[in-house]
Amino acid sequence: MGLKKYISDIFYGVKSLITGMKVTGHYFVRPKEIITQQYPENRESLKMFDRFRGEVVLIHDENNMHKCTGCSACELACPNGSIEIISDKVIDPETGKSTKVIDKFVYHLSMCTFCNLCILSCPTDAIKMAQNFEHSVFDRSELTKVLNKPGSKIMPGIR
Amino acid sequence: MINEEANTAVENKPETQEYFINMGPQHPSTHGVLRLMLTLDGEIIKKVEPHLGFIHRSIEKMCEKDSYQQIVHLTDRMDYLSCHMNNEAVCLCVEQGLQLEIPERVKVIRTIISELTRLSSHQLWWGVMGMDLGAITTFLYGFRDREMITDIFEETCGARLTMNYNVPGGLMFDIHPNFQKRTKDFITYFKKKLPEYDDLLSNNVIFTERTKGIGMLSKEDAISYGVTGPSGRASGFSCDVRKHFPYSAYDRVDFREIIYTEGDCYARYRARIDEMHESMKIIEQLIDNIPEGDYKAKTKAVIKLPEGEYYQRVETARGELGVYVVSDNKKSPYRLKFRSPGFSNLSALNIMAKGDKIADLVATMSTLDLVIPDIDR
Ligand code: SF4
Ligand code: SF4
Repeated sequence: MGLKKYISDIFYGVKSLITGMKVTGHYFVRPKEIITQQYPENRESLKMFDRFRGEVVLIHDENNMHKCTGCSACELACPNGSIEIISDKVIDPETGKSTKVIDKFVYHLSMCTFCNLCILSCPTDAIKMAQNFEHSVFDRSELTKVLNKPGSKIMPGIR
Repeated sequence: MINEEANTAVENKPETQEYFINMGPQHPSTHGVLRLMLTLDGEIIKKVEPHLGFIHRSIEKMCEKDSYQQIVHLTDRMDYLSCHMNNEAVCLCVEQGLQLEIPERVKVIRTIISELTRLSSHQLWWGVMGMDLGAITTFLYGFRDREMITDIFEETCGARLTMNYNVPGGLMFDIHPNFQKRTKDFITYFKKKLPEYDDLLSNNVIFTERTKGIGMLSKEDAISYGVTGPSGRASGFSCDVRKHFPYSAYDRVDFREIIYTEGDCYARYRARIDEMHESMKIIEQLIDNIPEGDYKAKTKAVIKLPEGEYYQRVETARGELGVYVVSDNKKSPYRLKFRSPGFSNLSALNIMAKGDKIADLVATMSTLDLVIPDIDR
């Protein structure tokens, strides 16, 4: 009894190991059915999914115009203070009224959790998520960005 | 004189002593920063004392200053492998407080994505479980299949792990046009691949020897320690929230609650593998019948819950997650408490591991499927 079980255990064990080896062997002789993937080095041709959340960017058109009114809705929606809107008051030379414009749209990429709440909260759709995924830099100060480009202006008609 | 001393030493048995060692906080098989203080007698475990706090981020306290929309994304960072279910728990709790009618479409989509999350969590657990017991191969195979699910998430939700796809009242965006096709493709693919899991690991003689009869947990202990999820069900404790307190679309799908009675590591392993079959069954029933409609119910920009207490539980991949909100009619909760499955499951580790060898502790912890940020919050 004991010996019989001992021998059948050995056979069962060997059989179970071979079953497992069959699976790995299957992939070993068929390198086309890959298990692992290469790191995407083809950065130019790589197409990410549109909704992928890489970082917040302010949309600028070809005339260096953006849609941000400086209303700070995104700053309030952000759970961790990743966005700081520094705005100015300027006097419109034609009407003489003072209006708010953004001076700096500061974005701390290092604190952002990519929750998308700022994008949802923006009333003018001025910001969006970009698809780049490589964020490593040598100094962490580089992760604090000013999103409005130098000399950019607000698009006419946006209030 | 010298001879006498030598003689007494031979006559008395050598004295053994209990001793302590630390496992973790930096240890590959604690899967995070968990420190276990082990009291050992030789190689036999006498006592396991978990020490927590290495990844405490005071999420519950942070919730007290955040708005209800902002709280949702914090729960991604608790049990990151079942982030969608965590989000859902908070959203359901807020919706319960507001007595909001949720579109049918949202309920069905939430259920499908929850089950996909459960699948991806169990795939990762399967890979890591094999690796803990010395089989690197399973790790790669588990991640290969999980990759397809993360792609589905990336396309529809915008992120691969911390998705934050739920908002109070519904979903952040509608599903992507490719969602149904991709999900169906994945189910057909994974139906073929799941038997490979059995061939590679479940029937492997080394694996079964190391898991059968190890880390025993009786049904009584499971109930008194509050061990839920597949770990509790493997001890015969029927605790599936989806069956007992159905939420979202679980009341209209047909699935089996997996119950094993052995209560050892192998039963917990089998419970999870069988759950993957059931999850696929749920997805198949729903994926072709997503009702048309809105993806979000109308909510105010500033959500204030009426004064009172609200509790909502969901079944995550690890067990029962409870969200308890005390509201004083402000825009953030007065107090918010998470009953996280990992914390309760870990509390039973001492009785499970007692009397086993150190190497068995690794197997026991693996089958508990601990996620440390969920324990610490
Ligand atoms: S994605 Fe979230 S964390 Fe990041 S800036 Fe926007 S609101 Fe803040
Ligand atoms: S980005 Fe949008 S929400 Fe933020 S300040 Fe500008 S207009 Fe307002």
